[in-house]
Amino acid sequence: MAVLLGKLEAGMHQILPLLLDRASCGFPSPAQDYVEQGIDLNDYCIRHPAATYLVRASGDSMINAGIYPGDLLVVDRSVEARHGQIVIASVNGEMTCKRLELRPIVRLMAANPDYAAIVPSEGVTLEIFGVVTNLVRKLSL
Amino acid sequence: MKPVFALVDCNNFYASCERLFRPDLHGRPIVVLSNNDGCVVARSAEAKLLGIKMGVPYFKIKDEYQAMGGVVFSSNYALYADISSRVMQVLEMLSPKVEVYSIDEAFIDVSGIQSLTPLSVFGAELQSTVARWVGINVGVGIAPTKTLAKLANYAAKRWPATGGVVDLTNPVRQKKLLQLVPVEEVWGIGRRLAKQLNAMGIHTAWQLAQANSKVIRRQFSVVVERTVCELNGESCLGLDEGLGPKQQLISSRSFGEKITELAPLCQAVSQYACRAAEKLRLQHSYCRLVQVFVRTSPFAPNQPYYSNSALTVLNVPSNDSRELVQAAQQCLTQIWRPGYRYQKAGVMLTDFWPAGTYQASLFDEVSPKPRSKQLMAAMDKINRSGKGRIFLAAEGIQTDWKMKREYLSPAYTTRISDLPKVT
Repeated sequence: MAVLLGKLEAGMHQILPLLLDRASCGFPSPAQDYVEQGIDLNDYCIRHPAATYLVRASGDSMINAGIYPGDLLVVDRSVEARHGQIVIASVNGEMTCKRLELRPIVRLMAANPDYAAIVPSEGVTLEIFGVVTNLVRKLSL
Repeated sequence: MKPVFALVDCNNFYASCERLFRPDLHGRPIVVLSNNDGCVVARSAEAKLLGIKMGVPYFKIKDEYQAMGGVVFSSNYALYADISSRVMQVLEMLSPKVEVYSIDEAFIDVSGIQSLTPLSVFGAELQSTVARWVGINVGVGIAPTKTLAKLANYAAKRWPATGGVVDLTNPVRQKKLLQLVPVEEVWGIGRRLAKQLNAMGIHTAWQLAQANSKVIRRQFSVVVERTVCELNGESCLGLDEGLGPKQQLISSRSFGEKITELAPLCQAVSQYACRAAEKLRLQHSYCRLVQVFVRTSPFAPNQPYYSNSALTVLNVPSNDSRELVQAAQQCLTQIWRPGYRYQKAGVMLTDFWPAGTYQASLFDEVSPKPRSKQLMAAMDKINRSGKGRIFLAAEGIQTDWKMKREYLSPAYTTRISDLPKVT
């Protein structure tokens, strides 16, 4: 059974050649194409591979933050969640994506007026799974 | 500089992996089953509290366990291996020398750390970083030898008041702990050895540490003698040194559905031979004996029972999958009998030789396949890359005799179609 597995690992990715086209002014010369370096999307999106998980968004509670159902979210557990960041949290046994507010009170805000804010009840610590650092969406062409 | 080792191990590792993306399972008992959903191989803390025993066949506890609200999972190795590699990466980030000892344990050389920070503080740092980065809780045992680090870790797990971190560098504390620990809990002392030691009046780790090492060496082996030295704080095993490479490798499975035809049985045996060959290459050994066994279920009512095994000796030790599969298939043709419903088969490799040590006789037909080494290395590299699998046609493509995995969770971290959903 051959199963193709995608993995977050440096060193096993496609390098996209970046062509630098340098035409010097005044001296018409054939543009010299040469490969400067590769662009690595993992490098660009993932600072801490060991602490980064991918999750899939469902529902429309974050629609005004530009997060649509089916989007792929890159979640980093190693960074401290700050006020205003979009996080993944565990609420009532579910993993949910919301914007974290620390002031004036700690609460999770949806980016859609149809959803109420989630305020952790007295004495309950809010369980943050990680901070959403990137959003990946495939456009259907 | 005196060596100091830390042993880090993940708490209830498989159960913790299963819970990572399932906050709804918080506080609920979880068990993970062996291949084919046979026996319990891992238990969450809650399942332990219910009295679920390690190794118990699941069908025996199923009804009662589910009535108590217990949750069950088939082994999801894609998930466990990925989470394991993350834990190891974090440990490597925090400490210079790491020996990955098993899927959920690593030894770390922490010699000299003391001059920078107290060892218990460093241990707590390891613990909190792994928890935050990966989401898995670990226990840490720190001591001057690997054997004592193992015991320190045992104490960290056994007594919650330790917070999961035990610094056992102090000889007074070592003595106190060794007196409390039964001898079978010592690294490398199995149940069988413990019985023999008990017969000599050695019941605790402390009594073993006090034993005369010369006598121990005569009675048992140099390995047990080393254990005695290690218990006394004398480091004999460095990183990547343990109990040596294995001297036999077994790959065997029960089938999800009984097999009655030769072709699928042959595929299964070929696959086990390949898996064993992979492990053999991983420890850079070559084997000479290939053994295959098959059997029907001893418990099936009104079905004839049949069990048999056969052995092939290779002319020259090999670790080439193709040669080992060929040998395994020869064995199988000898023991295959039609008319039975086979439930289990396995391949055992023994008589290991390190590379280049086997003296072929003048009349041996030595014709190792050309460039065998390079081909196998390429195969292993592809198969370890996580991008897919390359296998011998003999292993079969449609393996419907494959394992029963009724309670398998998604491959959350390794398959794009299985990513956790967030609302």
